[in-house]
Amino acid sequence: MTKAITVSGLHKAFGRTHALDGLDLEVEAGEVHGFLGPNGAGKSTIIRVLLGLLRADSGAAHVLGRDPWADAVEVHRRIAYVPGDVTLWRNLSGGEIIDLFGRLRGGLDPKRRAELVERFELDPTKKGRTYSKGNRQKVALVAAFASDVDLLILDEPTSGLDPLMEEVFRRCVEEERERGRTVLLSSHILSEVEELCDRVSIIRKGRTVETGSLADLRHLTRTSVTAELAGPPDGLARLPGVHDLDVRGSRVRLQVDTGHLDAVLRRLSESGVRSLTSTPPTLEELFLRHYQDEVTA
Amino acid sequence: MTATLAVRRSGGGRQLAGTGTLLRFALRRDRVMTPVWIAVNALMVLSMPNTLRNLYATDAERADLLRQMAANSSLRAMVGPVFGDSLGALTAWRIGVYAGALAAVMSLLIVVRHTRDEEESGRAELVASGAVGRRASLTAALLAAAVADAVLAVLLAAGLARLGAAGAVAFALGAAATGLVFATTAAIAAQLTESARLARGIAAGVLGAAFVLRAAGDAATDDGSSVLTWLSPLGWPENVRAYAGERWWVLLLSGAAVAVQAAVAYGLAGRRDVGMSFLPTRPGPAAGRLASAGALAWRLQRGGVLGWSIGFFLAGVVYGGMTEGAADLVGDNERAREIFERMGGQSGLTDAFLASMIGVMGLVAGLFVVASVLRLYGEETSGRAEPVLAGAVGRLRWASGHLLIAFAGVVWLMLLTGLGFTAGYGGEAGPILAACLVQVPAVWVVGGLAVLLYGLLPRAAVAAWAVAGAVLLLGWIGPALDVPQTVLDLSPFGHLPKLPGGEMRWGPAGVLLGVAAVCTAAGLAGVRRRDLES
Repeated sequence: MTKAITVSGLHKAFGRTHALDGLDLEVEAGEVHGFLGPNGAGKSTIIRVLLGLLRADSGAAHVLGRDPWADAVEVHRRIAYVPGDVTLWRNLSGGEIIDLFGRLRGGLDPKRRAELVERFELDPTKKGRTYSKGNRQKVALVAAFASDVDLLILDEPTSGLDPLMEEVFRRCVEEERERGRTVLLSSHILSEVEELCDRVSIIRKGRTVETGSLADLRHLTRTSVTAELAGPPDGLARLPGVHDLDVRGSRVRLQVDTGHLDAVLRRLSESGVRSLTSTPPTLEELFLRHYQDEVTA
Repeated sequence: MTATLAVRRSGGGRQLAGTGTLLRFALRRDRVMTPVWIAVNALMVLSMPNTLRNLYATDAERADLLRQMAANSSLRAMVGPVFGDSLGALTAWRIGVYAGALAAVMSLLIVVRHTRDEEESGRAELVASGAVGRRASLTAALLAAAVADAVLAVLLAAGLARLGAAGAVAFALGAAATGLVFATTAAIAAQLTESARLARGIAAGVLGAAFVLRAAGDAATDDGSSVLTWLSPLGWPENVRAYAGERWWVLLLSGAAVAVQAAVAYGLAGRRDVGMSFLPTRPGPAAGRLASAGALAWRLQRGGVLGWSIGFFLAGVVYGGMTEGAADLVGDNERAREIFERMGGQSGLTDAFLASMIGVMGLVAGLFVVASVLRLYGEETSGRAEPVLAGAVGRLRWASGHLLIAFAGVVWLMLLTGLGFTAGYGGEAGPILAACLVQVPAVWVVGGLAVLLYGLLPRAAVAAWAVAGAVLLLGWIGPALDVPQTVLDLSPFGHLPKLPGGEMRWGPAGVLLGVAAVCTAAGLAGVRRRDLES
């Protein structure tokens, strides 16, 4: 079994709202999979379906080879989940809650727990009601990373963490990858996804609109090129895949579909290149492109 | 130094900025809860003159009552001394303490809800960041309670006016003043602790202590003159002597208590930061032993179960202790005997009284079972159930932890009640325990309905409180109000055999158990099948 999560054609409606509208998702075992989408795209809904908290109207979902609704308990022994907004019991201490969460899963590695409490600088003796947002998040993160599980489902897990703690979080995710665990990471922090994830799925309005490795996705999008030439360029506008061409004397700026980059560079070099910068698309641009389609539509 | 003082002074007028807005907001949030409290209180009081007119129709009967009350200290401990034989004086005697106590509970709930609850949830921070003065939220909470008490007072005074205007006003002011006193007590409690639940507990504890003080004082003397009575805010309304030569100056005591407590509350509030408290929150263990959803449920509910246990046992002792006296008291009164026999079901008066009081405890256990079952709903909607259910815990196992506490808790509480009654009354334990345990099937039906609502219509789950409340009212004051038997039969408690004294009938108990089981099973099936609320 090489797929940790497979979802195909999943539908879920709340009254008249179609939260999931035929969503597909595949997460390979052992990969860190990024999960992106604007607010209300259905990210949390699909995660709650994967946890067996919601029942899908139609479509198929498998988590670790099982049905997350029917075999919820079996599946959950091998899963750790961190919600984006952690609520804790007011009168239980953080340490008690971490241990409870661990025991409700497949168990907890006490050495790793102690190490994580240290690294996240968490005071486990404080009561649930006294933790700040970031510290509540840390309680759930420590419990998840210290649990003996195969799959981590993290729903915007770093909300409320400071940049130092975010760095600790990133290192923890890297360690999980090295230990061969699978991570599904839903996030709005694109640099985080770009740094951590092997593959990415972008969803919008309850459907997956893009999925693949970052390299794959970049291939589908445009690269920005700025060049200072020896003389005025020739015939650039006629090349396929060129957009937003802006020529000022010998200075050229353009966007090119990444598949056509080679032809553009050859034409530029015919005019003699003095300087050239070419910027691959960032995840942000990728994301914005899908998002803006929605805005302009 | 002078500069900072000047700043403080100039800030003084702004300390209350936004109070009006917050008050309107509080009243809007309470638009269901507060009117229900007021209506229940007013109904309870305003139905009393009719009941008493039926009970003590002749002068001879009233004179007899006064003589009995002078002699019966355990009854005085429950309801206080009686100061006159007019219908108004009897009404003030019979219901005065309870009208004040109910107003007190309403007021303390309102104040904590709009102060510490808001701080604990973090909502207060958002409000405080607006153009809102430092004292505005406490003031708005106290004013919200004052509005509720004022409305109650107007209703009571208007409703009782036909028995005499001065007495009506005295009675209404006495009840409302008690409400205000405990509103300010709650305002202090809310400064002391970071937990709203604990703040409510502290204020309710003070109320309980006040009740005990007054009871002890009234048991000792028959005219409310004991020091213990005067020390208790619940003893002041009886000393106003509504309908028996009103002593208006006693109301000043309540006014002084309100002023002093409010000053303390404002003083404490001014010396602390938003969200902080004076009682430090003790750190908990760094590692935990909780290992299952069931253990978690017990950990969350054990404090509540302990509180209910103490209450039920003490109530048993108190009711048990007054059984003999009560039987003597109603012995001569045809109509009172009829009511007790309708509630208790037999002709042996002591048995009828015991049966009716044990029945009342069963009705109150209905509140416990609803509170306990609805913990599931609270866990689910607060998002705390989600990480538990995302663990290797099935829905049924998660729910059954809380339900086991709810249903077994009923048996436990009724057993404690029985032990309390036995201790207070001194009779044979067997029949009393049997009478307590026979309530269990009916309480379980209420619990089963709560599970059913929670499982199938989670958004309507709080309607379970309405079920418990309706059953409580039907069983408690239905018989005295001449409610037709067909309506009384709607309550599961109407079908219980009347023990002790009556005949044990297994049939109805079995049917009730069946109904409770079916409702619970259907509710659990719903819990298993439906989406988790978020």
